[in-house]
Amino acid sequence: MEFFHKTTRFPFMHTRKVWYGLSAVVILGSLVLVGLRGLNLGIDFTGGVVIETRFPDAPNIDRLRAALAQAKIEGAQVQAFGSSRDILVRLPPDPNVKGDVIGARIVELFRPIDAGVKLQSTEDVGAQVGQELFVKGAWALTATLVLILVYVLIRFTPKLALGAIFAVLHDPIAVVGFFALTRMTFDLTAISAILAVIGYSLNDTVIVFDRIRERARTARRIPVAQVIDESINQTLSRTIMTKLVTLLVVVALLIFGGQTLHSFSAALVIGIVAGTYSSIYISSAIALDLGLRSEDLLERKATKPEEVDGLP
Amino acid sequence: MTAYPRWKTAIVAVVMLIGILLALPNLFGEQSALQLAKDQSAVSPADRAAVEKLLADKGVPLAGSFLEQGRLTLRFADRETQLKARDAISAAMPNAYTIALSTASRVPEWMRKLGLTPVKLGLDLRGGVYLVYQVDIQAAVKQQLDRYEQDFRASLRNAHVPYEDVKVDYANNRVRVIFRDAASFAKGRDAIQSDDRNLNFADTTVGGSPALQLTLTPQEIKQRQDYAVQQNIVILRNRLNSPELAVSEPQVARQGADQIAIQLPGLQNSAEVKKILGKTATLEFRMVDETDNPYDAARTGQVPIGAKLYYTREKQPVLLKRDIVVTGDQLTDASFQPNTQDGPAVSVSLDSRGAEKMLRNTEENIGHMMAVVFIDHSSEKNAAGVQVEHTKEEVINEATIRGVFSNNFQITGINPIEGRELALLLRAGGLAAPLSEIEERAIGPSLGQDNINKGIHAMVFGTLAAFIFMAVYYKWFGVIADVVLGANVILLTALLSLVGAALTLPGIAAVVLTVGMAVDANILIYERIREELRLGVSPRAAIAAGFDRAFSAIADSNVTALIAGLVLWLFGAGAVRGFAVVLVLGIATSMFTSLMGSRALVQLVFGGKRKIERLPI
Repeated sequence: MEFFHKTTRFPFMHTRKVWYGLSAVVILGSLVLVGLRGLNLGIDFTGGVVIETRFPDAPNIDRLRAALAQAKIEGAQVQAFGSSRDILVRLPPDPNVKGDVIGARIVELFRPIDAGVKLQSTEDVGAQVGQELFVKGAWALTATLVLILVYVLIRFTPKLALGAIFAVLHDPIAVVGFFALTRMTFDLTAISAILAVIGYSLNDTVIVFDRIRERARTARRIPVAQVIDESINQTLSRTIMTKLVTLLVVVALLIFGGQTLHSFSAALVIGIVAGTYSSIYISSAIALDLGLRSEDLLERKATKPEEVDGLP
Repeated sequence: MTAYPRWKTAIVAVVMLIGILLALPNLFGEQSALQLAKDQSAVSPADRAAVEKLLADKGVPLAGSFLEQGRLTLRFADRETQLKARDAISAAMPNAYTIALSTASRVPEWMRKLGLTPVKLGLDLRGGVYLVYQVDIQAAVKQQLDRYEQDFRASLRNAHVPYEDVKVDYANNRVRVIFRDAASFAKGRDAIQSDDRNLNFADTTVGGSPALQLTLTPQEIKQRQDYAVQQNIVILRNRLNSPELAVSEPQVARQGADQIAIQLPGLQNSAEVKKILGKTATLEFRMVDETDNPYDAARTGQVPIGAKLYYTREKQPVLLKRDIVVTGDQLTDASFQPNTQDGPAVSVSLDSRGAEKMLRNTEENIGHMMAVVFIDHSSEKNAAGVQVEHTKEEVINEATIRGVFSNNFQITGINPIEGRELALLLRAGGLAAPLSEIEERAIGPSLGQDNINKGIHAMVFGTLAAFIFMAVYYKWFGVIADVVLGANVILLTALLSLVGAALTLPGIAAVVLTVGMAVDANILIYERIREELRLGVSPRAAIAAGFDRAFSAIADSNVTALIAGLVLWLFGAGAVRGFAVVLVLGIATSMFTSLMGSRALVQLVFGGKRKIERLPI
């Protein structure tokens, strides 16, 4: 089987204004969404207590809420988690409340409603820890971006490197925008997914750039825009195929991985789609608009792959 | 095709063989188990035989057992049998063992002896408790300053030098000794400096009086804080590993500058463990003041000079002398003896300094009474979130000294639960700084099993989808890629087993992701081969070009993912780190399998033939 029997000839560079527009909409939209609605941060970042319980049959959530209100447990969020039998209770951080104690108490409060209720897990994160994790997460994102920029600068010309970084920035913003839109819980696993997305999104960009460099050396007379177009088209089959397989696996995670991996898998799906888009439509286009010329690609001799092995 | 060197094929074969061997233990799965430990000695083969005989007599079927590091592990077919066995053992041999519920792998004895173990499961998969403690490093510095204050006072007292005051200034991390006049200042300085050789003092004046000042340097403060965290880790580890506490495979690790993370796999109820972890109980030995009436002192509140008022467990007042004979930190060992003729007891051993003092004291005081004071500090947050310290001091035992003793003796007058706890705490040592709990995550065993099932489902379906897709889209080359992907999963499992990194649910996600990404390298190669074929290159040349030219792209693209993975590894804790570890190892194995393994396999399949008409790609 072969979807791309002939090398395609899409005029990516000629139509780049359209794709810039689309990107601008996605980025601005994401930023506005985050600004207006904010993120639904998980207890990893806010601190607090989360208690997971399982009922033999789906309980009436209003009755559970009433039971908590009657016991004067304030600020509790009660919601179904994954299935309607799994009920999650979330409490704001409180130095006097210990997770294991309140967990046992809440299960006792639920017992009159359904005697078969079981405590599945409790998580208790101090408010200070939450703040620390948030700061750490932000640092990890920044460090990854900086390191990747350094790597691309070493491997490619500055113009290509800037294009790559623009394209890469695009993806986490889209993922965060998605989280703001859906109000899905944004927790530590979502940050790990974003970091993985950054790593893999660049992977596509690097492969396109690799081809551009190779083409530029063999076809010196052809204008850069055409070299870029040809390179993207030649690698298109590979880009789409690999991302398709990866998406296939990630969708399996999304379906079967359960609630714990839900925000993680969702972040990956959005990130992979955004990453593929930005590698094809954005990264090289930006390099072109920054004034990329054939000479830029020829000046630097391609580093031998052997040298790459020594890098981190 | 340029012939692929034999030695490279050989390397691939050897690596795969080792990989299969290392990954093998994972096929056996886990069973519910009990871990038996003895308070003082290691569990012996004779003990093992006795326990096994007991279970056989009671009709509790045993699935397997082994002795390792002085602990006996018994495996059972299911949870129910496990609990039945625990009840049978604790009923028939009370107090002989501490029994921890855990799980154990079903791997055969010979594999265990070779050190082949399955991948460790993280807490989210096997259930358990994750705790993070904050070390109060400020308190560690304060303690240090307090100790200096006491030392200086003692030096001046011993040298009979008059002084006005010794003041501790916590805000500026300094201690000042204030003298009345220049003469006593000079003498006092000599006395203090001869006792504390390495300290750097400064001369100063406080309110016109000459004073000696010691200020801790930032470096000393940092050292002191580091020491407190390290020391606490050692002590927590000691406490968790002691046989009195039924915990299997606890892990204690430093997290950041002033936090300690603890993993307690399989633990269901953390209350008892947490009680022990934060404790700072210790003992003091003091002589009883036999000349004054304690009831008068208690009634009037007038305590005679040189004495201190205490209460016994029965709320009876006792007057003890202020001078301490021996303190808890001079104890070198302690063990619990459940059945002595005087009831439960704790046997203790003293270090040489303590032993010498005890010897002198018992020689001088035969026929007099000595008391043991039990001191229990605990700290918790009150309603306003402020740390409050509670100290409970009780006389647990008063006895007449009948003979001379020095380094080994027994303490009675405690109940069995306290005795066990006291022995544990005395042996593990005191915490160097107070701890407060800031994070706790507890995962029940059924949720763990649930997570395993979900993880396995996702893995099986995800991998299957990728396999089928590859075979359909790239035909025989796709099948080769599938074999290579399978090899990749085996190698990854082998590496994880070898490294001993815990597999978490995000870790399983990373395995799935690795499969998806490892496909990438193969696709890069095959697409390149197809491209070359389209240009009219011969099949052999196309294969060679495909592998060679795809190399730089594969290497480049993996470096970026590797950067992200390593940052995540450094930054993440718990489950997130589990993801990063698998991601990084997965990149390594997928590079190896797709670049070397795939090439070797293609060589095996197509290399033998003289001429290839068409490639099944």
